[in-house]
Amino acid sequence: MITTQTSPTGGGGLLSPRSPNSQPPFLSVSVTDPAKMGNGVQAYISYKVVTKTNFPEYQGPEKIVIRRYTDFVWLNDRLFEKYKGIFIPPLPEKNTVEKFRFSAEFIEMRRQSLDTFVNRIASHHELQQSEDLRTFLQADEQTMERARSQDTGIFKKKPSDLMQIFRDVQSKVTDVVLGKEKPVEESNPEYEKLKRYIFELEDHVAEAQKHAYRLVKRHRELGQSLADFGNAIKLLGACEGDALGTAFSELGAKSEMLSYKLQREAHHLLMNFEEPLKDYVRAVQSIKGTIAERANAFRQQCELAESIKLKEIDLNKLRLLRSEKMLDAEHEYEELKADGQEATRRFETIVRLMNEEIVRFQDQKTQDMGRAFHEFAKGQARLANAIADAWRSLLPKLDSLSVS
Amino acid sequence: MYSSARGRENLYILKERNPRQPQSFRAADLIPETSSSATKTVHPHPQILSLSSTNPQYQSLYLQIFRSIVQSDKSMMGLENHEAQLYASREEMESLVLDDDDNNNNNNGNGTNPSSRSNGGANGDGSQHHHPLSPSSPFAEISTTDDDDPLLSSSSSSRHQNPSSFNSFLEPPSYADAVFRSFDGDRGKQINGHGVASTSSPSSGSDYLKVSVTDPQKEQDMNNSLVPGGNSFVTYLITTWTNLPEFNGTEFTVRRRFKDVVTLSDRLSDSYRGYFIPLRPDKSVVESQVMQKQEFVEQRRMALEKYLRKLAAHPVMRRSEELRAFLQAQGKLPLMKTTDLASRMLDGAVKLPKQLFGESVLSAAVDPDDVAQPAKGGRDLLRIFKELRQSVTEFYGTKPPVVEEDTEFLEKKKLEDFERELSNVSQQAESLVKAQQDVGETLGQLGLAFVKLTKFETEEAMFNSQKVRAADMKNVATSAVKASRLYRELNAQAVRHLDKLHEYLGVMLTVNNAYADRSNALLTVQTLLSELSNLSFRVEKLEAAASKIFGGDRSRVRKIEELKETMRVTDEAKNRAVREYERIKENNKKELERLDKERHDDFFGMLKGFVVNQAGYAEKMAGVWEAVANETSGYAKSS
Repeated sequence: MITTQTSPTGGGGLLSPRSPNSQPPFLSVSVTDPAKMGNGVQAYISYKVVTKTNFPEYQGPEKIVIRRYTDFVWLNDRLFEKYKGIFIPPLPEKNTVEKFRFSAEFIEMRRQSLDTFVNRIASHHELQQSEDLRTFLQADEQTMERARSQDTGIFKKKPSDLMQIFRDVQSKVTDVVLGKEKPVEESNPEYEKLKRYIFELEDHVAEAQKHAYRLVKRHRELGQSLADFGNAIKLLGACEGDALGTAFSELGAKSEMLSYKLQREAHHLLMNFEEPLKDYVRAVQSIKGTIAERANAFRQQCELAESIKLKEIDLNKLRLLRSEKMLDAEHEYEELKADGQEATRRFETIVRLMNEEIVRFQDQKTQDMGRAFHEFAKGQARLANAIADAWRSLLPKLDSLSVS
Repeated sequence: MYSSARGRENLYILKERNPRQPQSFRAADLIPETSSSATKTVHPHPQILSLSSTNPQYQSLYLQIFRSIVQSDKSMMGLENHEAQLYASREEMESLVLDDDDNNNNNNGNGTNPSSRSNGGANGDGSQHHHPLSPSSPFAEISTTDDDDPLLSSSSSSRHQNPSSFNSFLEPPSYADAVFRSFDGDRGKQINGHGVASTSSPSSGSDYLKVSVTDPQKEQDMNNSLVPGGNSFVTYLITTWTNLPEFNGTEFTVRRRFKDVVTLSDRLSDSYRGYFIPLRPDKSVVESQVMQKQEFVEQRRMALEKYLRKLAAHPVMRRSEELRAFLQAQGKLPLMKTTDLASRMLDGAVKLPKQLFGESVLSAAVDPDDVAQPAKGGRDLLRIFKELRQSVTEFYGTKPPVVEEDTEFLEKKKLEDFERELSNVSQQAESLVKAQQDVGETLGQLGLAFVKLTKFETEEAMFNSQKVRAADMKNVATSAVKASRLYRELNAQAVRHLDKLHEYLGVMLTVNNAYADRSNALLTVQTLLSELSNLSFRVEKLEAAASKIFGGDRSRVRKIEELKETMRVTDEAKNRAVREYERIKENNKKELERLDKERHDDFFGMLKGFVVNQAGYAEKMAGVWEAVANETSGYAKSS
């Protein structure tokens, strides 16, 4: 028997009480009322974001703002930049298939994911302190838009990325030229294991999600087939007349009713089983982002250490020569050393945070998956019971018809 | 007597006769119809009746249906295909298990491993019992009853010792028993003695005639084989058990070859026109070339058995001399081959020129005994020629079409509607089964994906939460695989029940054949009628000419005598043809009544079987999922 009681999670709850106030602090957000705005290519969906809190940093106990998907993206990017090492809750992906962009199902699914996204941030003990979150939850629409257009402009993220790529290439080239072994990767075996785990986990969960999605589709197809079958058998019933005709049309009616149930269950499956699995995949992908950041930080640290070493040699040379450049060089050396310390600190923060985060992640996923499994099983049981009831109820009728 | 039939432009309707007095066919029965359009609208394409049996559409449909019937025992809805698709996942499963075996090696040294390898080998041979989703599949080994450390403990348990204990991983033993029994137990028994019981008519409650076809054997045709092996054929052992008094004895065996079955079926369709005679298996010339010899022979054996059982179940066919001779007579089949086409053709061809040139008017008259036989089969080329002209001229509307009554036509229309809806339902049933199968398969794949994930999480576990999650996953995975298996079994049952629909599509073909017999007989009557009117016209002309010469013209008088004799013979032939037509019609009617009764029983049986199984398996699935839902209820939305 596996129950949640065996779960050792203590701080895994969504609203972990942190500060010892008389009234426990809370910050809860809900994303509601999706509405289509604009027309044509410009069209988008806006959501009402309702915040309820007693945090002193917030303007008041309740605030309602209007946000759109790109605002959520902005928040996500900002948090990712500022809280390196923390697994930023994943956003639902941008839907590229135009056809489904405004389908009711897609909108509802995205609303639900966005709601989860922002609540995860609000319940995260560090992320909930974020200034950007406060902006996102409270700023009026114009301020929000200004902030977003500043940050999401072409120059926001791209340059650093480009620089990084450039530096990578450059160092690679110099490494090759100098025949130097490059210590870009951490060689900590435990971390290696974690990395491998995360990468493989993504494949496994993605596969499960794929089958879950297929299962949703199969449920729909079965529903459709059942409806068609019901209809055909009704028509055959019309040909038969008499008792057999009645029996056929009863069977047809039940089939059509069950078809409706199947469609509903398929929807339930999509929302409560497939979507959490997809969220799981996204979460793993978000961790991969953090892993990349950690690798970056490590590399920077190493590079700086290398530079410091070179500088030190340089400096020693200058000291021997008693060059007048020595003062400048000393200054540079100090600066570089400070940078190096900063880089090390950054890296160590990431490492520390990741170690905390992985525990939280595992706890949360056990909860999330447990809930998804529960919903899945409940849905399947409900469906199976509906099917059993429907057919069972037909039996006495069939019996009485067959003897007449 | 024939005067009213004189005008060729007039339209006639052959009025349906009371079958008890078919001889009293009088001129009064031929009612002139003045409006041709009226009949046209009622029956715009009379030739359809006579041509339906050769309609290529029907033939291809027949082929299609026949094949599906042949394959139905192997669950024709593509379950083999389904098996094939799952090979991939089975391999995956086996690799998982092999991994496990490696662990096992470490734990147990060389312990039970050799046997486990051989087990694994047996899994590969494609036997159904080792399907990954079936209870004894290696998958079961991954699951365990131990909760503390699921995967490790399973590898140390002595799981290869007793294969049957694998079941217990998935389910308590009672489950395995229940699952392989269909929910409609009484029908299950019926299926074993399929053809005998399922379509037996109420009159033969205690009578039985059971046939089985076994032991195909290759034999050499000694007479004319130039190349050794070039003229071989296969004979089948046909065993009959019966208590019918017509058979002297209760059990006998004969060896027959496919050719004999063709003879039997030809004889039956000649002797029992208007009956819904089960269709003989197709010669399947193409298949015999394409398919593996063994496979082909087995398929044919099954088809023959099914065919003979259907014959044995038919209330009239089972008591036919032809079937009895086929089943009982030792040695060579004593039935005369009615399809000795070559000699018949010659026969007809010799007669033909004389008949056409009218040298002897007498010989042109149809043999009265022959009209009771269908014209097809090359019995009499002239008759075919005439009847063909009759049907063609009808088509062009230059000759009076003799049309069946409206009620007959409506009956036919009703049957056509039924056939169409039936074919639609059978198609929809097929896609329903397919969709059901897809759900089951996908559930199985989902289960396997979670099995892999479970294994992965357990191996990589660094935190307790992962272990908890893995245990939850294992639970869901096991249930998904269980549900998948239930779907599979449900599908096997559904296929079996819905197969009745396919069977009835086959029956509808026999109905069409029987109706074709009837319209062919009608065509014979029509041809003879128009011939009679021709003859009487000539007689009248000759008489008129003769009356002009006082004392008469001797040669003319003789000619008139001859013509009158021909008319007498033709009239007799016509009367026989009418009787034959009436008989066929009566047969049609009787058979239709029988069909209605049987269909009522069969379809109710089908519906009940379908519904009971759907409900039963749904309940089982509900049970499986409810257990999981309960165990995971701690996660239920509390936040």
